[in-house]
Amino acid sequence: MSEHGRNPSGPGDKGAASRVGAPSLGAPVLIALVIGGLALAFAYTGGWLSPGRLTPGRMVAALSDRGGNPLGHRRNHSKGICFTGQFEANGAGADLSTAPMLAAGRYPVIGRFAIAVGNPDAPDAAGRVRSMAVRIVAPDGEEWRSGMNDSPVFVVATAPAFYELTLAQDIDPATGKPNPPAMAQFLSAHPESAPFAEWAKTAAWTDSYADQTYNSLNAFRFVDAQGVSHLVRWSMRSTTAPHDVPAEKLSHLGPDFLESDLKQKLAQGPLEWRLVVTLAAPGDPSNDATKAWPPDRKQIDVGTLTVQRAEDEADGPCRDYNYDPTILPAGIEPSDDPLQAARSAAYAKSFDLRTAEAADYPRTPPHPGDAP
Amino acid sequence: MNGAVERFTPLQRVVHWLMAAMVLTMLFIGIGQVSTLQPKFLTLIAIHKPLGIAILALVVFRIGLRLRRGAPPLPADLHWTQAAAAKGSHVLLYVLLVAMPLVGWSMLSAGGYPIVLYQPWAIQLPQIMPHNDTLHAVLRSAHTYLAYLFFATILLHAAAALFHGLMRRDGVFESMASWRAGR
Repeated sequence: MSEHGRNPSGPGDKGAASRVGAPSLGAPVLIALVIGGLALAFAYTGGWLSPGRLTPGRMVAALSDRGGNPLGHRRNHSKGICFTGQFEANGAGADLSTAPMLAAGRYPVIGRFAIAVGNPDAPDAAGRVRSMAVRIVAPDGEEWRSGMNDSPVFVVATAPAFYELTLAQDIDPATGKPNPPAMAQFLSAHPESAPFAEWAKTAAWTDSYADQTYNSLNAFRFVDAQGVSHLVRWSMRSTTAPHDVPAEKLSHLGPDFLESDLKQKLAQGPLEWRLVVTLAAPGDPSNDATKAWPPDRKQIDVGTLTVQRAEDEADGPCRDYNYDPTILPAGIEPSDDPLQAARSAAYAKSFDLRTAEAADYPRTPPHPGDAP
Repeated sequence: MNGAVERFTPLQRVVHWLMAAMVLTMLFIGIGQVSTLQPKFLTLIAIHKPLGIAILALVVFRIGLRLRRGAPPLPADLHWTQAAAAKGSHVLLYVLLVAMPLVGWSMLSAGGYPIVLYQPWAIQLPQIMPHNDTLHAVLRSAHTYLAYLFFATILLHAAAALFHGLMRRDGVFESMASWRAGR
């Protein structure tokens, strides 16, 4: 490089040809270093140099590998059914958040009930964790998407712990079930999972999606018109009396029992849930979904979700939506809960995979009698 | 053209380097966000969308600028294959500058996502594609592979620029990179 410097005669000099033959070795080396360095930095950023990095791809692959054939389906909560309905806000939430769908009014909803397993053919009544996803749309096109579970807390607080849990749930091909020691080992290494495990062991089982209350689990921030932010969690509280059923009886119900039950109930009339927002008190954790907030926290009923119609997922309206819980209107923001980013990234990966696999999940008429 | 080798106009140079920084940032954010589950994912994606639209707006302005102001001629002694490669790679860069944001926007539309540029103010763009899973899958793949092509083309472009600046020293590099006063 030493003999280069700025060309004293300036770039206007036309004697370029005479300079071509005599560059030092330094110039090609410098060029290779710059270009190679950029390429390496790109590869590092993309994770190609870090095989141990927990990427959305690895997370979703672990979810896919638990057994069952999830091609074309969501990689978790794979078995589910679509619903449509509306959310009627009573206006009480408007003091806490400027979200347009919390102002008094009616907003259309496309949602989904599911069980938290990776097998789209699993018998649904035996699913311990049931979920409700909603997509509430405001007139200006803003959306509030939420994925809620019927457990009072989540099983882990972080993405790496969820990955470990997913590996522990791998189906043993010999038994067709997860390996019990793997789960015991996970639980002993993760004391934060104890509240969830206690719920899973002791909570009453029911035979319906309709009688469950579904919880946001993660904390969010409601931002009001003054710009003040309120730490909240929310629940869709069922108004249907629970129908307790012994767990051993559930395994004898049909593979699609919860879906048939939902359709049957909706044939009698719509089902309702109250959307209840819980306000945190100072010191309540914003970043740990394994910890319940004390039951005396202020709760505000902000409206009613009315579920009117259920449709099979194969060609139902929820099929091609990603219920990413960070898709939020102005006035609702994610908290510092690390699970929110992880859910968003992993759901996107799952969505990208399944939209590319549509051929593996044919769109069949949901009501054979309606087909032409 | 007067006697001296021309440079791009100062405005062209400013826009070029501004977009160079934006596009490199964009490519690194893009490859970074799809490979992390950490909280920075949300930050990266919140930057990615408005930055992409800013690049789209700038490239429209820049194409107008390029059509009005032109470009300095390549050195007369450049081999025709190199001149063709230079012309072709620049056309490809412009095509990618326009295509990448449009493919990203289309992909989100086809995926049924709201196109949120700034969430706290509810700044949203309209959907420009029907909500369709197959369309989403095609556009999603295109967004990835065009990004790889874009990054490779930028590396080639940078290598060629350095080749002109350090080895041929023919004024091509300075036509965009020199900040001396005057034209």
